[in-house]
Formats: sequence, structure tokens, C-alpha cells
Amino acid sequence: MTETTQAAAFAFTPENMERAKQLIARYPEGRQASAVLPLLDVAQRQNDNWVPDAAIRYIADMLDMPYIRVMEVATFYTMINLEPVGQFHLQLCRTTPCWLRGCGDLRQVIKDKLGIGHGETTADGKFSMLEVECLGACVNAPVVQINDDFYEDLDSASFEKVLDALAAGERPAHGSVTGRQTSAPATGLTTLTDGAGAPDVA
Amino acid sequence: MLRDQDRIFTNLYGIHPWNLEGARKRGVWNGTRDLIAKGPDWIVDQVKESGLRGRGGAGFPTGLKWSFMPKESDGRPSYLVVNADESEPGTCKDRDIMRHDPHRLLEGCLVAGFAMRTQATYIYIRGEFVNEARVLEAAIKEAYAAGLIGRDACGTGYDHDIYLHRGAGAYICGEETALLESLEGKKGQPRLKPPFPAAVGLYGCPSTVNNVETIAVAPEILRRGAPWFAGLGRENNAGTKVFCISGHVNAPCNVEEEMGIPLKELIEKHAGGVRGGWDNLLAIIPGGSSVPVLPKTICDTVLMDFDSLREVRSGLGTAAVIVMDKSTDIVEAICNLSHFYMHESCGQCTPCREGTGWMWRVLTRMVQGRADIEEIDTLLDVANQVEGHTICALGDAAAWPVQGLIRHFRPEIEQRILDYKQRAA
Repeated sequence: MTETTQAAAFAFTPENMERAKQLIARYPEGRQASAVLPLLDVAQRQNDNWVPDAAIRYIADMLDMPYIRVMEVATFYTMINLEPVGQFHLQLCRTTPCWLRGCGDLRQVIKDKLGIGHGETTADGKFSMLEVECLGACVNAPVVQINDDFYEDLDSASFEKVLDALAAGERPAHGSVTGRQTSAPATGLTTLTDGAGAPDVA
Repeated sequence: MLRDQDRIFTNLYGIHPWNLEGARKRGVWNGTRDLIAKGPDWIVDQVKESGLRGRGGAGFPTGLKWSFMPKESDGRPSYLVVNADESEPGTCKDRDIMRHDPHRLLEGCLVAGFAMRTQATYIYIRGEFVNEARVLEAAIKEAYAAGLIGRDACGTGYDHDIYLHRGAGAYICGEETALLESLEGKKGQPRLKPPFPAAVGLYGCPSTVNNVETIAVAPEILRRGAPWFAGLGRENNAGTKVFCISGHVNAPCNVEEEMGIPLKELIEKHAGGVRGGWDNLLAIIPGGSSVPVLPKTICDTVLMDFDSLREVRSGLGTAAVIVMDKSTDIVEAICNLSHFYMHESCGQCTPCREGTGWMWRVLTRMVQGRADIEEIDTLLDVANQVEGHTICALGDAAAWPVQGLIRHFRPEIEQRILDYKQRAA
């Protein structure tokens, strides 16, 4: 692990404290540890998309868990960032369905355009990149998740456009970049063609 | 081909609104109260009769699974847990159900939850599905506001809460006991079975874990009647199924079709055919990354259901069809999957923790041909030793693609090794 500037203390904002209480209330009394992943997510969102050490202790105290148990959870799941990441965190899907449709080209775009590879962040802190396993949008491969959003059906040219737009401060529309209707065949509907979307219910 | 009127997921592509009003137009939440009035045993019997088998990969008979839940409480509450941790490479069907037809899932939670006499449902959705979770969360809110779930759900006198729980990136949490561990706030490492979740599940209470699609189809089966569902597909392989067709096809897509549809017909009718034509096909992984790959000769005729695919030593799995044309380096394609299993192994069992990495490293060399012919048998031996020797099925899932590769493409690996040796000489 690289040296990371760790804040001395962490606390939820009042809004996030409210959110945390709602999340904890989803679980039976005495089972508040169930909220550990949801709270780590809240903390991460509050702290520029990474979880500092102080937040781990803070959540451990809040859920009455040993610090090490929260740490153990935090290190187990790929979405919990324990070090700073870029303002735009790119998760490039590398698994076979995306690989078959050219995720290697997208990796090259990131390398050429941003000069970063797996686990790296640009010097200006704007972009970071992680190669991840299957994102679960395989019929829209290749896919890159950027922060919360999936960008789908990419190729080098369309991916460059997305990156350019982000760098320019825009928020390009997510989903399929080809304008295709979600997971439907790009060549036109082969089913559900009546348009009603409502079968007769017996 | 399945008729549109026999399709359950009439908003699979999100052409229509996902919200309650849109869902009602599609028939969701129609007569739910009457279904519940028929009682838990009737529901379980209907689901048994329909022939529904789990849609998450294992294909266990759903009604039978539901019948394992205790009929009388010993004081502990019981839970329905929905596995929405969709992460099997090739699979992206539950995503569409959750973002485009979330009320169908929620209605299923209520009906299934009632049939199993549970107090609440937890839906465990993979963390990466942030936008899908937002839709589902909003749908849950709508359902509460309309009195469809929660206290006196649908005016039935039955109380049932539904909670959404987001994961944070770990394939292993799709394994039902790892999912329960994760839901309890621990790292997702599978539990030894027995005890099975129906006896000791979430928080030590009776629980049933079902896939999103399994739960989402249940109300429609009850409304239209078990014989309708059982009449689709083949004996022991009933109903409709959402297929995900990815890879080298002209039009990758999700589509709901009848179980038992020929693989070739599925691809040609809905996915625009194999890139370069059917004769340009090399191989297909028919049910998500965990099932063995099939060469073209088998793909020519095989039917897409549990039993047909088992007969050819593969499996329906999640019905995620990964198509590879002749431009594919098949060794690298499987090597890529080995990397996946290495990354996703939870590290609890030695054969899987060590074996997945070992298989990946050997395959990485075999991609280049930098290996000895005898190592193919060693690799097969290691795969066979990982299979069946771990707490959960991830070990099996890591072994099967490798076994499938060697079974059908051994000459390819051998040739590559010989070529490399020749170049090096």
C-alpha cells in the first residue's frame, strides 16, 4: 500500500447520519452489523469515493463491532476504496464477454489518453482506473463503469468521446453509447413487438 | 417461438415505465390478494406443479425448496432472501428485471414470502448495480405507499417487509451461504452445509435464498395456472427463461424464450446470428462462465434446457450464452475465466485458493504454447482435484471451464505447444 494522507477524525454529516440510521433500521435489533457495507458506502460517498481509516473506526464504534471486523469487511470487497481514487473512477470490465468484444481496445485508450493502468490515478487526480471482473452487463459489452454509471456498447472512438466529455466537465449520458434500447437486439425487436407491453391477464 | 402473450417479462427492455402505474398496466399486482387468500400450501403446490426450477444456475425445483421451510415457528422468525448478486460472467438478466420491472419482483417476494411463512424479505443486490438499486428502492417505496407490502400487505392481514441490501463487489456473495454471511455484515465466505439455510439461515433463522428471476415469475404462474407454465418447454424443463446472448453475435441481447429452444435457433432468431455466419462459429459457453464450453458440432443441435445440456456434459446454468467465432483464441478465452475464478476465490478452502491461481498460471503459459504436452494432463488432474473438494461450488465452477477446454480443444493446445517448441528450437 502506498502512503496515504489519513484524516485524524471522521464523522457523518447530519444528512448522512440520518441516512445511516435508516439503513441500520433495516435489520433486526442486535443485528446492526448487517449495516456495515451500507455504512462503508455512505462514508465513501461522503469522502471523495474512498474510506479513510478514521471512518472504519467510526463505523466500528457506531455498529458496536471490533475495528478489525470492519477492516476485514472493507478489504474483502472490491468496491470499498481504502486509498484515494480519481474524481472519475473507471472500472474496466476484463472478463471474457467484454474481452470478446474488445475491452483490450478500451484499456489501450485509457493508457494512451490518460497514461494510467490498473490501480493508477492521473497526476491531476481526475481519473483512476481499475480492471475489474464481470460487471453484469454482458449483452452490452464492452462496458466501463464510471463512478455509479455503466457506459455500454463502447468502442475506442465512443469511449474517447466519453472521456473527453468528462474531462471537459460534462456528464455524458450513460447506458448504451450507440443509442440502442438497453438490452434489446440492436437490429430491432424480435419479441414484444405488439408495443403494448401488457398481456391479457386471466 | 414463444408467443408474446406467453411472455412474463413484457417490459424486459424498459420500453415502458417501470413504476407502479406502468407495472399495473402489465398485470403486475393484479389479484395478488386473491392468490394469497388461497393459502401457503396452495401456492407451494402450484409452484411444484408448474415445474419451475431455480433460475440462478443450479436448477433446483423451486416448490420443493419452498416446502423445506418450517410450517410452524419455534419462536424464530424466518426470511426470504433474494439473490440479486448477479455476477456470473455472461449473465445480465436480473439487472433488466430489477431496473425495468421491479414490481414483478416485489410481488413475487410477497407471494413467495407468504407461501414460506416468512416475516420479511432481504434483496441482496450486487453493489455495482447502483442505478438498478435506485429503481428498486423507489419501487419498494411505491409499494409501501400503496399498501401492497408492509403491514396488512394487499389487505390480506399478512405483514411482510421488504428491504434492499447492497453488496460491494464480490462474486462469491452469489453463493447462498456467502450471501447470508455478507448480509450479516461479514466477509462473504461460504458456510458448510448442512445445516441448510431452511433450518439455519440468516441470523440463524430459517431462510430460503432464491434468484430474482425465480421469484419474479412466481405470481404470473399462479395467476395463469401451473398447467400453463408446465405446458411450455419440455418435461422436467418447464416454462420460459430469460436468455442472455453475448460475444460474437451480430446483435447481442437478452430475450425471454421457451425452455428447450434449440441453441442455434435462439441465436439466429434473436441475436442476429453468429458474426460471419453459423459456419464461422467456434464454440459456445451455454450457461454462464461456470459451465463447460461446447464445440460447434454440439451447438448445431443442442437444446437449451437443464437436461439437454447436461447430456452433453455442460449445463444451462444461468442461460447466459457466450458465443465465440473462429477468430477467438479459445485457450485465452478460458484462461481469462481462470483469472476470474482466481480473483473471486474467497480463499477459505485450499484446493480453490491455490488451485485457481495454479490453473491460471499454467493456462497463461499454454496460451503462448510455453508448456509441455504432459502438462495438459497435469492441468486436468488439478482441475479434477479442485472439483468437489471445496465448501462451495466455486471450486467446481473454476474446474469445469478448464475441463471443457481440454475435453474439446486438446489438439489446439497441443498444436500450440508444438509450434512454440519448433520456434524455440
